[in-house]
Amino acid sequence: MGYKLTYDQFVQGLEQGNLLGLVCNSCGAATCPPLGVCRACGAQDQRVAEMSGVGTVRTFTVVRVAPEGRTPPYVVAMVELDEGPWVMGNLEDLASADMDVIGKKVKVGSRPVQTKFPAQENQRSLTFHLL
Amino acid sequence: MREVAVLGVAMTKFGVSDKTNLEMFAEAGLEAISKSNLEPKDIQALLFGNCLGDFEEGQLHMAPFAHAELGLPTGAPATRFESACATATVAIRHAALLVGAGIYDVVLAGGTERAARMGTPLATRTFAMACQAHYESSAGITFPGVFAMAAHMYAHKYGIALSELKRHMAEVAVKNHYHGSLNPKAHFRKPITVDTVLNSMMVADPLQVFDCCPFSDGASALVIAEASKARALVKKPVIVAGTGQASAGALYLQRDLTRIKAREEASRQAFSQAGIEPKDVQVVELHDCFTIAEILALEAMGFYRFGSAYKAASSRETYLGGKLVVNPSGGLKAKGHPIGATGAAQVTEIVEQLRGECGERQVNGARVGMVDTLGGDFGTVCNIILRV
Repeated sequence: MGYKLTYDQFVQGLEQGNLLGLVCNSCGAATCPPLGVCRACGAQDQRVAEMSGVGTVRTFTVVRVAPEGRTPPYVVAMVELDEGPWVMGNLEDLASADMDVIGKKVKVGSRPVQTKFPAQENQRSLTFHLL
Repeated sequence: MREVAVLGVAMTKFGVSDKTNLEMFAEAGLEAISKSNLEPKDIQALLFGNCLGDFEEGQLHMAPFAHAELGLPTGAPATRFESACATATVAIRHAALLVGAGIYDVVLAGGTERAARMGTPLATRTFAMACQAHYESSAGITFPGVFAMAAHMYAHKYGIALSELKRHMAEVAVKNHYHGSLNPKAHFRKPITVDTVLNSMMVADPLQVFDCCPFSDGASALVIAEASKARALVKKPVIVAGTGQASAGALYLQRDLTRIKAREEASRQAFSQAGIEPKDVQVVELHDCFTIAEILALEAMGFYRFGSAYKAASSRETYLGGKLVVNPSGGLKAKGHPIGATGAAQVTEIVEQLRGECGERQVNGARVGMVDTLGGDFGTVCNIILRV
């Protein structure tokens, strides 16, 4: 059985404005980003499904000392999607990055990763926009 | 399993070194062998830790070169371990397992790293490679950023004002710098104050630079042998009473960053194997890569209730002379963090504490000590319990 939702396919989905994940045919849980098995029950029988792309901020940081090749400051956040999975990405609104942002609803988008390193070519990262 | 003991232990001074990874490891390895009253020809295997030699020096496959530096026998295999910051602890645990299982009688384990040499931008990028490359690192997450997100979640979950949590976190740094000031091999030997921390540069909100451990150069190594052989060789062998190791996936799978599940499981394994409880431990070297990390570790290992360890340093319970001495070496925070060597240096400190060899920073009456090392964004945790 081949890998159900590869990174290339995930990125192609993002380019078309879709946040793709997997839904378990056994327990119904959503797994996004994809894994070889359902994150909830471990079953291998999963189908590709589009996520709603809406979620809630659970935590965040403002990166002020960045890896080489990145320009700080920028916000990294973890968001719980309405379907249950958590994802990591960049909160677009720097000014809103304080403790009050935890619990706020966001819409998930994406953008190409800015990089000069070959291994990261063609990557996209998730972006979060406050609703 | 056979009973296993630690014999000679050694570490270089941690800090900024002009020596290569191999040169540092040769110093530590030969000292550990010599202190064990052994010679290199007696070593049956080398379990060698290094994380980023390729970026630091353009050097992959360092283990056989380390083997040659020490003059080990051709038949003693040298194998490289990589578990991010937990690298050397994982190597040592596997050394104990192999000796315990009867595969070898005497082995050398440890690690070396030249992290300071990389400089902050490259080190920040390469350390972040221990996060999930496609779904995490793509967002530009850094290691201070990972623990910063954990700190924000801790404040939110337990209803603590961020300014109050930051003050208690700063007390962790003050404690570990004080302990480090008593350790001649520490990277930083200068005491600091809460104001030093709170007035320092912001790295990843809410972590300031004095909430963070440094990038360090250094090496550490130790000899592990079957216990009866150890007793014949050295005066004070230190027994490996229990070990544990556990794994977890990316942060988005772990969700609650205040609960490091791999640590809860690894420490449970170690306590169970040793047949003891947290209250039986007098001294701990734990993974304080950031101030919040020490707080999270104390809770996950069962020394404090969840949501309560943030006050431990402020109340001086974890200082030298306190009820549980935490990071008497200065920890990663002040002793330094050459990632491939860190776990071996933690074991070295606990062994020397249990032997009563720590001078000004000696924990009086220490009989049981514990090592805790975390690798990556909470993906690997390895624990080792040692006793005299």
